[in-house]
Amino acid sequence: MYFGLSEEQKSLEENINRFLADNAPLDTIKAVANGEESKADAVHQGILDLGLSGLVIPEEYGGLELNMLFATVVAAALGSGTAPVPYTGSYVMAPLAINLAGSDDQKNQWLPKIAGGECVIGVGLSEYVGAREDAGIEFSNGKLSGRSLFLIDGKNADAYLLANKSGELFLIEASSPGIEVIELTTVDKTRTSIELILKDVNADLLSGSSDKSIIEKVLDAGRIMLAADTVGAAQVMLDKSVAYSLERKQFGRLIGSFQAVKHMCAEMAAELEPCHSMIWHAAHCFDNVPEEARLMACQTKAHISEVGQQVSKTATEVHGGMGFTDELGLHYWFKRIGLNKQLLGSPELIREEAGKLQGFDQ
Amino acid sequence: MDLEYGPQYDDFRAEVISFIKENENTKISGPPRSESRIAWQQKLIDNGYFARSIPKEYGGYGGDMDIIKLRIIAEEFAKSPIPKPAAGQGIQMLVPTLLSLGTEEQKQAYIKPTLRGEILWCQGYSEPNSGSDLASLQTKAELDGDEWVINGQKIWTSTAHLSQMCFILVRTEPDAPKHQGISYLLMPMDAEGIDRRPIKQMTGDSDFNELFLTDVRIPAENIVGARGEGWKVANATLGHERGSLADPNVTQNRLNSLIDLMKNETIDGQRIIDKPIFRDRLLSIQGRLMAQQSNALRILSSQINKEQDANLAKSIVKLQGTELRHELEGLAIDAMGEIGTLYEDSPHLRDNGVWQMTYMYYLGLIIGGGTNQIQKNIISERALGMPKEPKIQGA
Repeated sequence: MYFGLSEEQKSLEENINRFLADNAPLDTIKAVANGEESKADAVHQGILDLGLSGLVIPEEYGGLELNMLFATVVAAALGSGTAPVPYTGSYVMAPLAINLAGSDDQKNQWLPKIAGGECVIGVGLSEYVGAREDAGIEFSNGKLSGRSLFLIDGKNADAYLLANKSGELFLIEASSPGIEVIELTTVDKTRTSIELILKDVNADLLSGSSDKSIIEKVLDAGRIMLAADTVGAAQVMLDKSVAYSLERKQFGRLIGSFQAVKHMCAEMAAELEPCHSMIWHAAHCFDNVPEEARLMACQTKAHISEVGQQVSKTATEVHGGMGFTDELGLHYWFKRIGLNKQLLGSPELIREEAGKLQGFDQ
Repeated sequence: MDLEYGPQYDDFRAEVISFIKENENTKISGPPRSESRIAWQQKLIDNGYFARSIPKEYGGYGGDMDIIKLRIIAEEFAKSPIPKPAAGQGIQMLVPTLLSLGTEEQKQAYIKPTLRGEILWCQGYSEPNSGSDLASLQTKAELDGDEWVINGQKIWTSTAHLSQMCFILVRTEPDAPKHQGISYLLMPMDAEGIDRRPIKQMTGDSDFNELFLTDVRIPAENIVGARGEGWKVANATLGHERGSLADPNVTQNRLNSLIDLMKNETIDGQRIIDKPIFRDRLLSIQGRLMAQQSNALRILSSQINKEQDANLAKSIVKLQGTELRHELEGLAIDAMGEIGTLYEDSPHLRDNGVWQMTYMYYLGLIIGGGTNQIQKNIISERALGMPKEPKIQGA
């Protein structure tokens, strides 16, 4: 029995952390957030060079064929670095969907390209989880029409993976006629968000996705990734808080020697520490314990979103006025956690699902 | 990642299951220390299901310290109505202390009868003016020939009314700094000069006592560790207590009962579980419990794989576990509304009043075993490396 990360997983984590520390320091994040997109491209290329786009893709399609625990290690590391790169949608949810539900042709067409870093796929499942603004897409005669909001990793994507209300999944190529892309501006400038308006766009149904278990599996994976991203980001906020409290002096003392500050940090640690284990456990269930996987993924996303929010608020407070400034930049983590919380379902929405899963309606 | 115990444990689990099947209907009765209780305890020891890794010469089973086997025993016993092994402060705190720090005579004299349930122990730590600041304790013991003479007062002494022995912290070196002036003594509860007064709690029960000690004389050899080392001796066992206060697997059983309750109770004919806000509170508690269960897996894994560090994971169990449990019991009361306030033997009472009782009891545990505010000091100082409060002179 061993519950935790393997040596290989730890070294992957270290590699990504080192790469981001060297290539995406806070100044780079600020530049990207202020519109210098080219700086994000270099970081993205580095992530591709590490092989991360093919992490979950089978070897026969050029990927590394690693399990969900590896994928959470990557997500947490990207969250801790507020990395301005596509990942959860393009390199986890999309390849998983294509691999689980695509035909051989579809797999051959897309998986090697994703693994090879030649294509980014934006993922739009928001309307399946809960449609806002009456958005939604309809499929008929091989064509998609309608609207999809809040695509993950959608900006400058080569293709889009979209879901309709009944959970069927479709691929469309970004170059197809009939697609209007509208950029959305969220508080989190380290990742992008777009809206798509579709008029009779040629679409490729992933034939296996008429079975609802496919989209559920893809959602579970996405939710675990977002939760891992939040855990990585929240851990940095806690670490920064403790470090700041050991530098900053008031009343002739380090503020970290005041119980008020110590207890804030202890509460953050007490909430956050189990979340690392929860992510590992959820990833393990995703791969190995199908009967527990869905509930685990739902509760992991819901719980960690709330812990993340609490930690990001408290950590900002520990930093006092500096926590509120752009100069210190703590807000990049705060906002990343804030976006993660709403994507693929807010805690309340996901807990509704968790209740149904357990037969509370019966 | 590997959550399997491995096929090498299959036979062991089968043995445990068959023992449980054969003995499931064992009835034990009577007060603590009754013949049937002691016989059952001995049977568990003889089969290696209790005191498994404690050496035979001290009354244990003398088996290997295999964490997974202990886990399998706990899992299988939890599933069955079979009588559970005895617990208590003697077994959980005194026995580990004597095993690591006691003299050979003390081990011979006390461990076996404690394991068999013939000697029950209470803990004489807190005093009216020394609670969170335990090391400031003032109960003193002076050596008079070959006897310690103890004078002072202890409080929050659980099960003092049932115990034959007390492990007690006393000041023996009044001139030394406060942490270095304490000794750890073993005091027979039938010694002269001990006055016990039960403390009635908010639950209505009296689990605790005050002890008034006036010229209590005990043999000089009843000291564990050297004079002035009592603080170190006591700290060796406080960890044992904290870990046992908030087991997430027990909380899981309570959550299951809460789900049943919310499916059965109704308001205006509608099930509570169908009311969205109540349901969301229930699911939120479930999410937090799942996080704590994952944390427990990590702690278990660190006990098996010594290279794994789980210090922070361990240090939060008492804080998080007691708060969650109190909240869980409180949700049941809210779900029942006015019915949730019924107590004792009232008409319409649910589940013998256990929800109110446990709701209050866990508030006690939030305070006991080192208050949760003290827990936060421990987490911030020992796990996060933050500084201690500056000392006030003379304190």
